Amino acid sequence: MFHEAWSAMGANRLRTLLTMLGMVIGVGAVVLMMAVGQGAQYAVAQSISSMGSNLFVVLSGFTNTGGVRSGAGNAPTLTVGDAQAIADLNGVAAAAPSHQGSAQLVYGANNWNAYVIGSTPDYLEVRSWPLESGHPFTESDLRAATRVALIGKTAAENLFGQDDPVGKTLRIGQAPYLILGVLAAKGQSLDGRDQDDVLVIPLTTAQRKLFGTPFQGSVRAIMVKAESPEVMPQVESAIVALLRQRHRLREGQENDFSVRNLTAVADSAAETTRVMSLLLGAIASVSLLVGGIGIMNIMLVSVTERTREIGIRMAIGARERDILTQFLLEAILISVAGCLIGLLLGVGGAVLANQLTHTPVVISGSTVLVAFSVAAGIGIFFGYYPARKAARLDPIEALRYQ
Amino acid sequence: MSLPVIRITDLHKAYETPAGPFPVLKAVNLEIQPGEFVAIMGPSGSGKSTFMNILGCLDRPSSGVYELDGRSVAAMDKDETARLRNQTLGFVFQGFNLLPRMTLEDNVALPLVYSQVDKVQRRERARELLARVGLEQYAASLPNRISGGQQQRVAIARALVNRPRLILADEPTGNLDSHTSEEIMGLFNELNREGITIVLVTHEPDIAQHARRQVRFLDGRIVRDEPTRTAEAIPC
Repeated sequence: MFHEAWSAMGANRLRTLLTMLGMVIGVGAVVLMMAVGQGAQYAVAQSISSMGSNLFVVLSGFTNTGGVRSGAGNAPTLTVGDAQAIADLNGVAAAAPSHQGSAQLVYGANNWNAYVIGSTPDYLEVRSWPLESGHPFTESDLRAATRVALIGKTAAENLFGQDDPVGKTLRIGQAPYLILGVLAAKGQSLDGRDQDDVLVIPLTTAQRKLFGTPFQGSVRAIMVKAESPEVMPQVESAIVALLRQRHRLREGQENDFSVRNLTAVADSAAETTRVMSLLLGAIASVSLLVGGIGIMNIMLVSVTERTREIGIRMAIGARERDILTQFLLEAILISVAGCLIGLLLGVGGAVLANQLTHTPVVISGSTVLVAFSVAAGIGIFFGYYPARKAARLDPIEALRYQ
Repeated sequence: MSLPVIRITDLHKAYETPAGPFPVLKAVNLEIQPGEFVAIMGPSGSGKSTFMNILGCLDRPSSGVYELDGRSVAAMDKDETARLRNQTLGFVFQGFNLLPRMTLEDNVALPLVYSQVDKVQRRERARELLARVGLEQYAASLPNRISGGQQQRVAIARALVNRPRLILADEPTGNLDSHTSEEIMGLFNELNREGITIVLVTHEPDIAQHARRQVRFLDGRIVRDEPTRTAEAIPC
């Protein structure tokens, strides 16, 4: 049966190829679009996970001096004590107060302006940020406000080149800072900022020796990591309640801080790319559908052309189901062969797009599987009607057909 | 006498037309015994082709009983009639009706495909029958490479491949010259001597002369049914 279907396809090669082309383009488009869409999803997922998962940022309030409002993070309303209290809440994995600014770093003949973050040892856990080499600073560094630092990949490369920064000393202004460790590369944040162009130092050092603070122990921001995505809403309201209580805010009084859910931002970015890749897939599926209709069209022509053959086969003992199987098999063979070629072209196209434009592409086994089963399904679906038409022919009419 | 291969009782066939049913066969009765060689004759429009289609289980009568091998065909479903056409009957057509894209061997083996015979046996049996009709050297050729008479012999080989009890031939010599026709009729005679029942439709009296019984149709009825008179002169 298989052999017969194959030779029937070979009998009219050009037509078989053109019919297949519909499937080739359809499957190729689906595979390519899915690869690009999933690539975009992957890129977003990467930057989300690089940011740290289940993250809140608590910012201090703003000042209002004679009607001039300063913007969030400028009033000294948050304290290190707030951070510790938040860390003790249920559902909070860690909380790290941070105080940041930028500074000119100097090492030997090189200098480089980087973002300097003053924080506690918990900062690395909150940001899910491992060290590539060296070791982190400790609570005692924090208490003593020692001049130690962890350096990000980009800053390290610009200052130290190929050298290992661990154990070396850089200067900020006249003050020397000992590099304890190098942070692992995180790449771009969602807004395109290089997260590796950074120096992390103890909070106390930043406050007392580098930037200064209006009040001892006040911080601009606290980063909070929840234990899981599920507890994030409870954690958020618990933080608000706790800080209102600690800051002795009366009922009806405005918060002097704000809580931002960074994961929500990331989620909406992920949702956007998901919808985009779905849309791409849907558009590509239309071409698959058109390919399927092409198969049906050709199969109908083929049934008409081979009416006499069908009559002869029936006269020598073919049952309806033999004829049905024969034509169905042909349709499936065309669509599966088209699918295979389309798969190759789609994967090839995706790899090419990746090489030429550096668009991230992801070709997953499920994409291939879905494309393949859809193609086989289309073969059966669009092949069934012509095959049934062939099987239902009246043998006498079919034999008389010229 | 043994059980008849074919027993037709009061068979009617009418085609539905917009102007009402149009009767083609009217009250036909016929019995054919195993081993007979029957020629069915009659002018065109006399209903002989319709009658052959009914004999071949390709068409169904409007009323009446058709028993093939003692079994009523009316009670059978489509798969069973397909099985009859495959195993019990062998068809030979006027236009040979070989499949043009298949080799002669595959053409002869085709009925075996539908009776689930495995490939090796199919090949063996097809070769055997091609040899029987003297065309084994063309086994791998396509039908358009050989003459009409040779094609008809291949068609006969195909009809015989499943060892049928009955061969139905519809104007098998209609497209052939008289010499080749004689050859084909010789082959039918040989098969008949081996015990295969043959029913043959023709409108040529000299072809009908090869049969041992002649049945004449006229206007949807059998008007004559008699043994062939061997003494009768064959018109030149």
